[in-house]
Amino acid sequence: MKLRFQRKELCIPYFVFLILFVIIPIFLIIYYAFTDTNGNFTFDALVNFFSSTNKLNVLLVSLLFGLVNTILCLVIGYPIAYLLSNKKYNSNYIIVMLFVMPMWINFVLRTGATRDVLSWIGISGGEHPYITTMIGMVYNYLPFVILPLYSTMLKLDKSQIEAAIDLGCNRVQVFTKSIFPQSIPGVISAAMMVFMPTMSSYVIPDVLAEGKIVLFGNSIYLSYSNYQWGDGSFMALIMLFIVVICMLATRNFGDKDEGKASTW
Amino acid sequence: MVKKIFAYSYIYLILLLMYVPILVLIAFSFTNSTYIGEWNGFSFQLYINLFQDKEILIALGNTLIIAFISSLVSTLIGTLGAIGAYYSKKRTRTLIENINQIPVVNSEIVIALSLTVMFVFLGNFIFKENIFSFWTLLIGHVVLSVPFVYLNVKPKLTQMDPSLYEAALDLGCAPSQALRKILIPQITPGIVSGFLISITLSLDDFIVTAFTRGPGLLSGEGNIETLSTLIQAKIKKGPIPVNMRPLTTIIFLVVLVAAILVTVVKNQSKKKVKVRKGRAA
Repeated sequence: MKLRFQRKELCIPYFVFLILFVIIPIFLIIYYAFTDTNGNFTFDALVNFFSSTNKLNVLLVSLLFGLVNTILCLVIGYPIAYLLSNKKYNSNYIIVMLFVMPMWINFVLRTGATRDVLSWIGISGGEHPYITTMIGMVYNYLPFVILPLYSTMLKLDKSQIEAAIDLGCNRVQVFTKSIFPQSIPGVISAAMMVFMPTMSSYVIPDVLAEGKIVLFGNSIYLSYSNYQWGDGSFMALIMLFIVVICMLATRNFGDKDEGKASTW
Repeated sequence: MVKKIFAYSYIYLILLLMYVPILVLIAFSFTNSTYIGEWNGFSFQLYINLFQDKEILIALGNTLIIAFISSLVSTLIGTLGAIGAYYSKKRTRTLIENINQIPVVNSEIVIALSLTVMFVFLGNFIFKENIFSFWTLLIGHVVLSVPFVYLNVKPKLTQMDPSLYEAALDLGCAPSQALRKILIPQITPGIVSGFLISITLSLDDFIVTAFTRGPGLLSGEGNIETLSTLIQAKIKKGPIPVNMRPLTTIIFLVVLVAAILVTVVKNQSKKKVKVRKGRAA
């Protein structure tokens, strides 16, 4: 038998896969968030969430951690990406590769190693949970900031920068009027790569803060291990809501396919 | 000059800091102390122990098997999906691309929980038994990586010369032949990078594995352990297991070789582009 098909039909398995394992699960989260164990409609999970100062606290701390980590990573990573993209300092790919390499070593292992080294030099998670967690976060997410920024900076319009210098801008003005505005798409996609994963991270606070800091990820994980599907689903829904808001807020700025996909 | 030294020292300082935890683990893999920071003299004892540590070896094997199979599946359906979508009507393509974007931007824990909730639902109402197993784990890893295969193949399709495929058909190829001989070779770089990203995502994953794994294939009675879940369970109770240190050295060396290969390939393709540009000029 000869196989007959149209090219466009090749996407059917993928389409079915996406419907089954991406779309339907999201609808099920919505279903579980608003039903009780007998399947009746209820706002219990919503009321539970918004009446519990504990959970609202978790949300607040998570947002704060996300924000602080994003800012720290950008402040540390921006100069690196700029220097790496500059031919004067870096003419090949090797140093960029060195920044990517740690991402290929198991992330749980790296987090554990960070904790062990920190406690060796006397900063233990039990005593300084905020410091250790923050160090772990920056350590883990820095490459995710450097990569998208680096690929945006490679595309900087050099002649515009030269023009700015020729027209009498000083160094600060060249940066604020030409380099920074041109790099905004990279900044946005870098921020997106850090902010949401930080908020919802589980392993880093769990290991580095020795359970003293609970972020959104830990909270969802806890309701998962207690089989509280309603509460877990509702929190996942909130997380999804935050993701959508971030996407809508940044969709006119970001570099689309940068980020994780540009690792290779 | 001063500026240059300042720039270099900043870059190398941050690089050094990023490698400290890994390098410390590697350094202490050559002694047999329980705690990091305690040096009992040089020895290869931990390396010998590693190859007798069944728990770690099984987890390592599982991790590699899952990464390989899930990446293969992702690459297959993702590539076919990208090809199909490229030749579909604009509306279908936009729809697929929008759905494809959901797991990319979504946080891992939401992906994991949504899949788990679905598997619980299926287990309760349809299969009437616990369905968490190797297969649910596989699905989880494919969901995680397949969008990146799509995103890597898509640009190669748009860069390709569409008339070649038509020419192959005109010259008597069947559609499946034209696909194999003309289309696939042109998008191979995209397929390869999609596959490699899938591998790295799967190797590194903790959350989706922890949520969607179950007993059965690969593990028998207990839940499937991968390196991530095994290490997580261990470091909850104490320091990184001593036998993990030599494994870190090995992983580091493998990653180093991979990085060198990638750098060489990148530099070569850059040179090729330069040559081509030179000729055009």
